[in-house]
Amino acid sequence: MTLRAVVRAARGQFRLSVELSAERGHVVAVLGHNGAGKSTLLDCLAGLLRSDETSVRLDGRELGSLPPHRRRVGLLRQRPLLFPHLTVRDNVAFGPRAAGASRRQARAIAGRWLAAVGAEEYADRRPDQLSGGQAQRVALARALATEPELLLLDEPLAALDADAAPAMRALLRTVLRSASKRVTVLVTHDPLDALALADTALVLADGRVVERGPTQRVLSAPRTPYAARLAGLNLVAGEAVEGGLRTPDGDLLSGLHAEGLEPHTPAVAVFAPSAVSVYPRGKSVPGSPRNTAEAVVAAVEPHGPVIRVRTRASGGWAGGLTADLTPAAVADLALDPGKPVTVVVKATAVDVHPASSLSAARSA
Amino acid sequence: MTRDSTLRSGLRSPRLLWIPAAAGLALIVLPVAGLLFRVDFARLPELLTSQASLDALELSLVTAGLSTLLCVLLGVPLAVVLARVRRGGRVLRAVVVLPLVMPPVVGGLALLYLLGRNGFAGYLLDVVAGVRVPFTTAAVVLAQTFVAMPFLVISLDGAIRAGGDEYERVAATLGAGPWVVFTRVTLPLLLPPLASGVVLSFARALGEFGATITFAGSLQAVTRTLPLEVYAQAEADVESAVALSLLLIVVAIAVIVAAGPRMTARVTEGARP
Amino acid sequence: MRLTRVVAAAAIALLLAGCATAEATRTVTVFAAASLTETFEQLAEKFEARREGVDVRLSFGGSSRLAEQLAEGAPADVFAAADDKAMAKAVQAGVIDGEPQRFARNRMTIAVAPGNPKKIDGLTGLRGDVVLVTCAPEVPCGRAAQALAANANVRLQPASEEPDVKSVLGKVAAGEADAGLVYVTDVRAAAGKVDAVPITGADAVANAYPIATTREAAEPDLARQFVEFVLSDEGQRVLRDAGFDAP
Repeated sequence: MTLRAVVRAARGQFRLSVELSAERGHVVAVLGHNGAGKSTLLDCLAGLLRSDETSVRLDGRELGSLPPHRRRVGLLRQRPLLFPHLTVRDNVAFGPRAAGASRRQARAIAGRWLAAVGAEEYADRRPDQLSGGQAQRVALARALATEPELLLLDEPLAALDADAAPAMRALLRTVLRSASKRVTVLVTHDPLDALALADTALVLADGRVVERGPTQRVLSAPRTPYAARLAGLNLVAGEAVEGGLRTPDGDLLSGLHAEGLEPHTPAVAVFAPSAVSVYPRGKSVPGSPRNTAEAVVAAVEPHGPVIRVRTRASGGWAGGLTADLTPAAVADLALDPGKPVTVVVKATAVDVHPASSLSAARSA
Repeated sequence: MTRDSTLRSGLRSPRLLWIPAAAGLALIVLPVAGLLFRVDFARLPELLTSQASLDALELSLVTAGLSTLLCVLLGVPLAVVLARVRRGGRVLRAVVVLPLVMPPVVGGLALLYLLGRNGFAGYLLDVVAGVRVPFTTAAVVLAQTFVAMPFLVISLDGAIRAGGDEYERVAATLGAGPWVVFTRVTLPLLLPPLASGVVLSFARALGEFGATITFAGSLQAVTRTLPLEVYAQAEADVESAVALSLLLIVVAIAVIVAAGPRMTARVTEGARP
Repeated sequence: MRLTRVVAAAAIALLLAGCATAEATRTVTVFAAASLTETFEQLAEKFEARREGVDVRLSFGGSSRLAEQLAEGAPADVFAAADDKAMAKAVQAGVIDGEPQRFARNRMTIAVAPGNPKKIDGLTGLRGDVVLVTCAPEVPCGRAAQALAANANVRLQPASEEPDVKSVLGKVAAGEADAGLVYVTDVRAAAGKVDAVPITGADAVANAYPIATTREAAEPDLARQFVEFVLSDEGQRVLRDAGFDAP
């Protein structure tokens, strides 16, 4: 099973133009911020939205002109959307029934899939008697029970609370890995989901693909600011030079070159927010770090167990950075928006990668 | 002193609202009470079991039942199509609610000019099939359906649009064609608002007067429903009219109660579960 | 308090305005049977023309319904009914002042489409495929129709029994009914929209129209004058022209 999709569609000012391909058994993650066009892309693949310029080929079979119910796709949304008037079992049996299975056959199929997602004990319950995590498991079973050739997952973990998400993620991992011929497209804004579930990833911004490649590569060594922001990493674009990267302003950012990086070619320096240290301006910085620059605090906000500090955009590499600090450090330094600071990044924490052509233009 | 640990809402509506609220309630309750005071309970059984009363009651129940059925058969598809049209929904909706804002007598005249002997459809029916609609029980059913259907369509249309089409989209990706989606997803989800729509239409059909008398006339056991009988009796025997009014109220309350409190509550909510 | 002063001033202004209008025009309210619509409109106009600042307010309806409204306290100075039974109802309710006087009689006739396409020649012709509409037996025109049919030994089979005579006429004028039993005056008032087929023996069951002033009349003098005007030669001439017979 091979998926080759070309989706071109317009809605008002928004234009979506995406080419997508995947091999059988593979999972493609589609990453992007809100409004990037992820869900629209999924709806086009499912046939819920249509445009004349869209072509979806599965093993040479053209789906673009088929209505949704003829496409053999499965769709799992952020919300489980279990039919409230049917029991859990009948929800899962709905697809097989629609495909022409007898009542008994359909219920047998439903039983198998409920067992596969570990939800057989809820079979006779009504959807409103399930927790969010349970309902999403059942919704997954329902989507899989039609044996879809193309499985579309639209932020399947986004609506689950922190306790339920890991279990569902693990379940998806098992189910998706065991698929032999299915192609799965996973839409998410969470790099963790993509890393856990997807073989390849593409990053969508303003309706266009700005980066694609193996998931791990896209998220650990992003070549574009979009991907970097999605991965939660800092990214500085420039030119590869001996010992690091030269920014357009002429500053040198020391770092470790990736293998095969040619000097004097476009490159990006990538480092994690946790690798950034922040000091009050004018105070001496301990040691003799090579990467030191001045910046002004733009925002201070909690981010999980740490505090994320964002600097004001400026010409230098220290503009628009994020740094993760402990709450105690933030309190000690009295960091408030507008405060001048000195930021320091250890050279060993900076990776310099070849840039894709797209990243040469640094955009917001 | 007993203390109750049951949780209750700490919000209260402003006291000032209670006065107009009480006046509003009184406006509904007091006239009905006034009617009750006028009922001659000694003669009540005799008045209600007269042939004319029994005929009117039977005719009312049968025609209101038939017109409600017609409302469902035509109104449900209308509401579903209406809620999903891409363009012109507002205009169509305005047309559908026309019988609500139109005086029923005008509705009766409109029906007469369509299906009467000189109306184009009525003329065709007469010439081609030898069917004449006015002055028949069928005319009563048509008049009632005309005025009652908007109630059904509106409660369904609101529910469909409030509920969105997410369930239908999921069903489509599960391989269900449009008809299966309609029968196995849309329709079952619409049952609660449909039930309230049915109650409303039945009640409206039961109370129909103006369109019926204009389009169907008034003849015992054929077209003279309870409201028409009340009107006719008001000319001759007010006691009898009062007794019949009481009967009409009792039937209406029975319908509401039979429909169940949950359904009555949904009449105004109309949202999907 | 400033507010009370404003309210008081407004109240006085209203009172003055009320007195002013009361002085300028006096209103006499007349409840009359639906079959009197056209004639009483004419009579009211003539009555007003004679008197400066007098306004006649007319309310037409089924006689029995009007009697019922009077009994419930509807404010009227004069009541003109289409038959004695309706008037008796008002008398019984104690709202009539003095003895009602008969001022006209009205005969029944058969209203048919112009040119009488169904060739209806009398009560005996109202059968088979003729769509007949009558008044309900609860109202005077319905009672008259039943009496006529009984006298002629004919069984009427109406398609509808309408609540008042104007509805009967309307159904015939609209072409929905082939024939309707109405008053002679209704056909004349319809001015060519329907034709009349006379009924033999109609005189025998002609309705007598009684008129009376009410006990609670706001304008007892004007009310008496109006009744006198209806009974006067001039009033009678208007009634005769409309097709009513002498009482």
